[in-house]
Amino acid sequence: MNLELFFSITSYFTDGIPRIPLGRWTDQTIDFLQANFRESTQAISEILEIIIKGLQEGLISVPPLLVILIVALIAWKLANRKIAVFSLLGLLFIWNIGLWVVTMQTLAMVLAAVLMCILLGVPLGILIAKNETAYRIIAPILDFMQTLPAFVYLLPAIPFFGLGVVPAVITTLIFAMPPIIRLTYLGLTQVPEELLELGKSFGSTFFQMLIKIELPLARSTIMAGINQCIMLSLSMVVIAAMIGAKGLGGVVWTAIQTLNMGMGFEAGVAIVILAIILDRITSSLGKS
Amino acid sequence: MAKLIINNLTKIYGNSPEKALELMDKGYTNSEIRQETKQVVGVREVSFSVNEGESFVIMGLSGSGKSTLIRCINLLIKPTRGEILIDNEDVTRVSSDRLMQLRRKKMSMIFQKFALLPNRRILDNVAYGLEVQNMSRIVRYEKAREAISMVGLQEWEDAYPHNLSGGMQQRVGIARALANDPDILLMDEPFSALDPLIRQDMQDDLLALQEKLHKTIIFITHDLDEALKIGDNIALMKDGVIVQSGVPEDILLSPASDYVARFVENINWTKALTASAVMVKPRVVIYPKDGPMTALRIMEKHGISSLFVVDRSTHLIGYVTAEDAYNAVENGIKHLDGIIQKDMPVSAPDIVLSDLLEVLANTKIPLAVVNEANELKGVLVRGSVIAGLAGARREAGE
Repeated sequence: MNLELFFSITSYFTDGIPRIPLGRWTDQTIDFLQANFRESTQAISEILEIIIKGLQEGLISVPPLLVILIVALIAWKLANRKIAVFSLLGLLFIWNIGLWVVTMQTLAMVLAAVLMCILLGVPLGILIAKNETAYRIIAPILDFMQTLPAFVYLLPAIPFFGLGVVPAVITTLIFAMPPIIRLTYLGLTQVPEELLELGKSFGSTFFQMLIKIELPLARSTIMAGINQCIMLSLSMVVIAAMIGAKGLGGVVWTAIQTLNMGMGFEAGVAIVILAIILDRITSSLGKS
Repeated sequence: MAKLIINNLTKIYGNSPEKALELMDKGYTNSEIRQETKQVVGVREVSFSVNEGESFVIMGLSGSGKSTLIRCINLLIKPTRGEILIDNEDVTRVSSDRLMQLRRKKMSMIFQKFALLPNRRILDNVAYGLEVQNMSRIVRYEKAREAISMVGLQEWEDAYPHNLSGGMQQRVGIARALANDPDILLMDEPFSALDPLIRQDMQDDLLALQEKLHKTIIFITHDLDEALKIGDNIALMKDGVIVQSGVPEDILLSPASDYVARFVENINWTKALTASAVMVKPRVVIYPKDGPMTALRIMEKHGISSLFVVDRSTHLIGYVTAEDAYNAVENGIKHLDGIIQKDMPVSAPDIVLSDLLEVLANTKIPLAVVNEANELKGVLVRGSVIAGLAGARREAGE
């Protein structure tokens, strides 16, 4: 490590002026949280682990050909025939190059993360669209979540959630949830004034407004958020291989460590195929 | 009986209306109030009452407060002060539950830009107001279909709003309001977004519907022609205040202030336009040799109650009324001669309209336009005069 940098960030002064010890505070905060909340985070971790592992085992236990056909069928129904054919060929190729199991591991993690993002993100988006104060508090947190480099919170996740799929999914959540919240907010605030007046003037309750007018009109925007979330999740679960998440990211990680370029490229292509399939299916969901 | 009474209604936009109210009571003008308090007066001390089954038109230019006023009635905008009595219940003081009931049962709104939900079929759009009342699907669809057939869109109930033209979309908006069977229709510039020909059709259809339904209608417009056509009573608004109200003729013939006069100025093409410019071809006439039975049949076929009688070279002789013709038939009279009335107002082609308005307002039959040789050149009916004036104004580049 660069020695000069090391000394400058561990010293108490910068050019004779007292240095604000943000790093030390962070360490202390994490220590504190660890000492006091570790048991509850580990309980959460265990529950999540069961769910995610269950999902992974479930996907792996189904015969590949059946999964491929189901995905192709979904693509055909929701998108179009071209995408169905692409899904069919793409997944057959992944199966052929022997990356089926790791791909399913990755898919399961993405699905788990996206599901949690939707369950948390859509209600949060509704909250900040309806409540100015909540918006003022949450908006800067979202900026923080989106721009803070992933590696910075990848490591602190380990003491709370251990190694493996759970911290991977949790960090993916942090990284991939902001677009859902933001686009839910955007979709709801873009509902034309006249349609809101329509709802009110016909005597709709708050929830009738939300369910019958606002959410349906915001649907395509929210779907764009979910699409973004899926893409970000996919890129994050690959990075999360660093903390033992396995899957396609694990293969990439091994390839880097062993300088095995062919292996890395194969895993990379599998990730791209998975990304294209997920993207096309979800983006066509938003349009229809 | 008064269905809706508005008493001293005031709406002030801003976060501290108390001060503005104080200044308003001291007689400050709207712009003075804005300078002093940064509060904007939307509606200022407006009072009027509307009878059951009456069409009340509120007319004004944009910014006159007419949209704010109509939104106060169903509390989309909360008024700052004043009363809104619907069936003697002050809606500004009711609980939120009661307000919801009032909005569901007593009044429905029709919007300028239609406000249809793009993701719903026409049927489900029309059923919206019933759906939020948790009415069962069968009942609400039945009622919605009934409303859809009232506006003549039966074949479109499974279509989506984007499949429909503007005029049809607004018919859906009207059907949606009617499906709730409210007492009061709040129509916020419902036809302003439509092109002129469609607009006239919609106005005619609204009048026909109103003939059957007798709703109490509050109708907002910026178009004088429309106001004259729709309104039993008209109120003109400016700067949040009603500057004149009354029956259409009052407004047209005796504008109360310069503002109203300027508004009516457009119509004061009456001073420039002559009878020949706006007259229409007499659609049907009858000859003296024809019998009363023929006259009756012609009138029935065209839905009119009087006919002009002319000779072979179109010289005007007089007119017959349906009533006289009917009596003649009953009494077995075979010739029109005995029942032709000759005492009627006529106009030369070059007389300006302003000199004819009073005649037009009082005559029960169309006004005949004849030349020096007493040849029937055309007729003036109120509709054609207004249409003619509207056309002239548009040509003048307004």
